Amino acid sequence: MSVSLPHAFSVWRRNATMYRRTWKSNILPNFFEPLLYLVSIGIGVGAYISEMGGTSYIAFLAPGLVCVAAMNGASFEVTYNIYVRLTFEKAYDAMLTTPIEPDDVLAGEVLWAVTRSAIYGGCFFLVIALAGLAPLPSALLVLPLLPLAGLLFAAIGITFTLEIKSIDLFSFYFTLFLTPLFLFSDVFFPLKERLSSGWLWVAELLPLLHPVRIARASFSGQALPILLWDLCYIVAVSMLLLARARGRIERRLTS
Amino acid sequence: MTLVMGPRTESSVIVEASSVSKRFGNRLAVDQLSLRVSAGVCYGLLGPNGAGKTTTLRMIYGVTRPDSGMIRVFGIDIDRDPRAVRARLGVTLQQNALIEELSAEENLRVFGRYHLLREPELSRRARELIDFFELGSQGRSPVRQLSGGFQRRLAIALSLMNRPELLILDEPTTGLDPALRLALWSRIRDLKAEGATVLLTTHYMDEAQRLCDTVAIICGGKVIDEGAPSDLIAAGLARETVEFDCSPGEESVLLNGISPHPQRLRVGRRLMIYMDDTSSLIEHIRDFDRGQRRSLIVRPTNLEDVFLALTGTSLEGVL
Repeated sequence: MSVSLPHAFSVWRRNATMYRRTWKSNILPNFFEPLLYLVSIGIGVGAYISEMGGTSYIAFLAPGLVCVAAMNGASFEVTYNIYVRLTFEKAYDAMLTTPIEPDDVLAGEVLWAVTRSAIYGGCFFLVIALAGLAPLPSALLVLPLLPLAGLLFAAIGITFTLEIKSIDLFSFYFTLFLTPLFLFSDVFFPLKERLSSGWLWVAELLPLLHPVRIARASFSGQALPILLWDLCYIVAVSMLLLARARGRIERRLTS
Repeated sequence: MTLVMGPRTESSVIVEASSVSKRFGNRLAVDQLSLRVSAGVCYGLLGPNGAGKTTTLRMIYGVTRPDSGMIRVFGIDIDRDPRAVRARLGVTLQQNALIEELSAEENLRVFGRYHLLREPELSRRARELIDFFELGSQGRSPVRQLSGGFQRRLAIALSLMNRPELLILDEPTTGLDPALRLALWSRIRDLKAEGATVLLTTHYMDEAQRLCDTVAIICGGKVIDEGAPSDLIAAGLARETVEFDCSPGEESVLLNGISPHPQRLRVGRRLMIYMDDTSSLIEHIRDFDRGQRRSLIVRPTNLEDVFLALTGTSLEGVL
């Protein structure tokens, strides 16, 4: 089977319809999280830091936190929400009584997670742009990056969701995976200045590092060759994990 | 207004399953099962929990793939083109898969889009089904707040959004109170009268007897008998049933004077005796009891009896 785009889009529409009803309890808490970091660390801690990476500390934080917002948007969707639809609501079982196939379900869900990461990242970008923390127009280049970051974290999150047997295990994903990524992926301090050169390759494994590096480059308006590697990482890891998720979701829904 | 479609295929056979088997690990869920559902009938798969009914349905609409055997629906090999088959049928799952945050109408519209329906057809269909199943009274309330009967009606309405030619209902009235069951049965009969072919599973014998033209009794993943409910009853057992409590010891003394020994079936202390005319037996029991009248139930023999006779519980006097 291959993806039928109209059917995948109907899965997307389902989530969008639900989101319109529940966004107040859904979007607001997650959206405020990076904003609180920006204000507390950026202004509070930033007062003691004269500059970082050639800018004020709060301006240093801004591009990384845009990526964090996108990461959060996709992550909540593909973890708790997909798990509930899969296990408790039986939403996919209902879809599979119509011409929708498992591939369409996966495509629709990924598309929706990407949309949500674009909404989160986009709103956050708007806030920092209004606060004068995004140098325009070069910082606008971060906008096409948001869906890519969303795709990467959708792929990683779905892979985890399809493996676990209990909803309680998501606390591991958030506390032991996403939180360390958030803290150590070049968002709060330049990682490569803190790591000895022999360990830099470990940093390159961190998924959040790559969108953050591209975002930082777009804010500073500097194109570097390493960004090509970042792009390749994002696309290749996403594709690899989604190819695996395809088989997993098919088996899960059709046995 | 038409809620369903009569058959569009030339052939009068809507579902044809030939020697279908499905194994889950060590368990053989469906074992060389064959069945044919003709156009315009209500066909019931009858069996206890775990008999393989839901697996059989899932294979028919192409979500579970059989290990062996072949299934054609509307003459199409389900393995070849499941999308084409599912575009023409509707399925109500055992567990209502509703979006609880949304209203009835929003649920219908979301489901219609799975079938790629567009405006104005989408709204028209939703409106028709809201009227038919009386789902309009709750307006825009999220379905989470509505009663079990309302949610079940909505779940069935969802499966009609595409005007199906074949309606598949998995345990349509399990967990509903008697009044709601009666109301749903009459809706299902209305749909059948409009030309739909209905395939349902149930473990309620009364449901099968009231709704189905043909039933297949399934046990251990096999069809062990098939036919019209009245034919199954007539073929297997005598017309009337006398039912009462009595111990096996008492039974042999009680039936000692009756010849030939009637067909009978025991479930724990409950004894069922089957005869075409039970009046002499009742008199005999009353004489035996001598004024200490035990409570007797005299009723027509039903599918429940046939089912018990066919599956496990020993039925003496019937081979």
